[in-house]
Amino acid sequence: MQLTNRAKKTDKRPLTLAERSYLPGIAQGMGITLKHFFSKKATIRYPEQTRYLGPVFRGHHILKRDEEGRERCTACGLCAVACPAEAISMVAAERVKGEEHLYREEKYAAAYEINMLRCIFCGLCEEACPKEAVYLRHDKFVPVFTNRDQVIYGKDQLVEDMNNRYERDAWTKEEMQKLWAKQDPVNY
Amino acid sequence: MDSVFLIKSLIILGIFAISLGIAAYETYFERVIAAYIQDRVGPDRAGPFGILQPLADAGKLFFKEDFIPTMADKWLFILGPSLAMLTALMTSAVIPFGDSILFDGHEILVQGIEVNIGILWVFGVVSLGVYGILIGGWASNNKYSLYGAIRAASQNISYELAMGLSIIAILMMSESLSLRSIVEQQHGFNWNIFYQPMGFVIFLTCSFAECNRTPFDLPESENELVAGYHTEYGSMKLGLYLFSEYVNMFVTSAVLATLFFGGFNYPGMDWVAAKLIGGFGEVTGHNLATLVGTLIFFGKIFFFIFVFMWVRWTLPRFRYDQLMDLGWKALIPLSVVNLLITAGAQLSGMPLIANWIGLAIFLVLFYLGSNIFGTKKTSL
Repeated sequence: MQLTNRAKKTDKRPLTLAERSYLPGIAQGMGITLKHFFSKKATIRYPEQTRYLGPVFRGHHILKRDEEGRERCTACGLCAVACPAEAISMVAAERVKGEEHLYREEKYAAAYEINMLRCIFCGLCEEACPKEAVYLRHDKFVPVFTNRDQVIYGKDQLVEDMNNRYERDAWTKEEMQKLWAKQDPVNY
Repeated sequence: MDSVFLIKSLIILGIFAISLGIAAYETYFERVIAAYIQDRVGPDRAGPFGILQPLADAGKLFFKEDFIPTMADKWLFILGPSLAMLTALMTSAVIPFGDSILFDGHEILVQGIEVNIGILWVFGVVSLGVYGILIGGWASNNKYSLYGAIRAASQNISYELAMGLSIIAILMMSESLSLRSIVEQQHGFNWNIFYQPMGFVIFLTCSFAECNRTPFDLPESENELVAGYHTEYGSMKLGLYLFSEYVNMFVTSAVLATLFFGGFNYPGMDWVAAKLIGGFGEVTGHNLATLVGTLIFFGKIFFFIFVFMWVRWTLPRFRYDQLMDLGWKALIPLSVVNLLITAGAQLSGMPLIANWIGLAIFLVLFYLGSNIFGTKKTSL
């Protein structure tokens, strides 16, 4: 029974004299390797040369602000509940008069901490958030740390900087491929 | 006389330094060529284009722990890599790297020592080279090392026979064992490769086997023998083993270029020499012509080193019985046939034409014979 049309009939003829000497075969093989010698290299020289990672990459956390610069997080705690590694903890506080330009809702996170030793970058916090406040950036890794003091990320490391807002360049596969084509000479 | 002695020692020192330097940079080029053939970039971090990579590698090896296994034979364990390195370095003494230098009224040959048994010296030392590997593998007291060492020994012995026989054809044509006179007979473009195509293929195959290079790198196959004869070696002892392989590669390339590709000869060399002597005077002109010849010789050597690396990333490793089959059942009979053809050609008085006719007749006879008598399992 034929399952695919890729099947190839085996050639069981005895080898000819030229084939048995293997020299033409070796010459052909060496031609192939020499062709690769001059072909385009697929290497990306990483620290100097970086590549767009794709919109679905999950990296460094960010707490988004809205268009007017107010923090979106209302300290509901759903991200902490969703987190399978229990890396997120927060302290809620009530917004007082005069802080309307800082926090969007009446409740906000006075402290918001993620333990990067525990975080597994699963993205469930992102999905759990009803206020679209917490995201995992597609363009930034969590930097390497050597000390345990450096692993608990507070609001100072997480809240978005209004001068340097975080945006995703691409949301779909097609947009991503357009970006890649612009960035790399080789089409991956 | 003193200045001649000085020049001579400088030449010996230079050959020594050049073979070590080239061997060091072979490790770098091996990686670069491997990378290029595999569509990668290769080492480019240490220095511009990574040219300081051999220094970094050597530094790393020197600072590694120098480990000797408890059950190993201590002195033989140390002797192994030293022997491998010693024999590898000794061979380059007889290779004529250039014509001659005129200095202070003396004609000094660009060669370590000019002896009339040059090629015998090369073979003698090369056959000793296997002791380094054998002793190292045996002294490690590790069965995988021993397997690797035994493989190396039997492989080297098997292929040395075919290698020697293919050389005899060259000796029949040159009627001398001196490498310099073999080179001088290939003056201009009268290279031995045109007379001895089959001998060249046999010699090339055997020299791959002698250097333990892929596809004949059975002694050090890491997937069957956990790296073979140098399993127990670390630090600079391992470094010496690997380094001696690269020195061997350089020397083998030099011997290949000397025997089959005319050494320091090149087409139009007389015209170049005449022009240089006309332009710079008798002494300087002659020395410059020698320099050009030497550079061209090194070009040939580098080409063969490249071929060694090129083949490494093309062909897979032999199976052990296939390796023995090739050596004993194919190469040795073929080199005997080559001897007969060469002998007939020399007697006929027209070596070039007669050699090619003889080769063609042999191929036709072999083809007809294998059609009539051959079984399907004939291996060549």
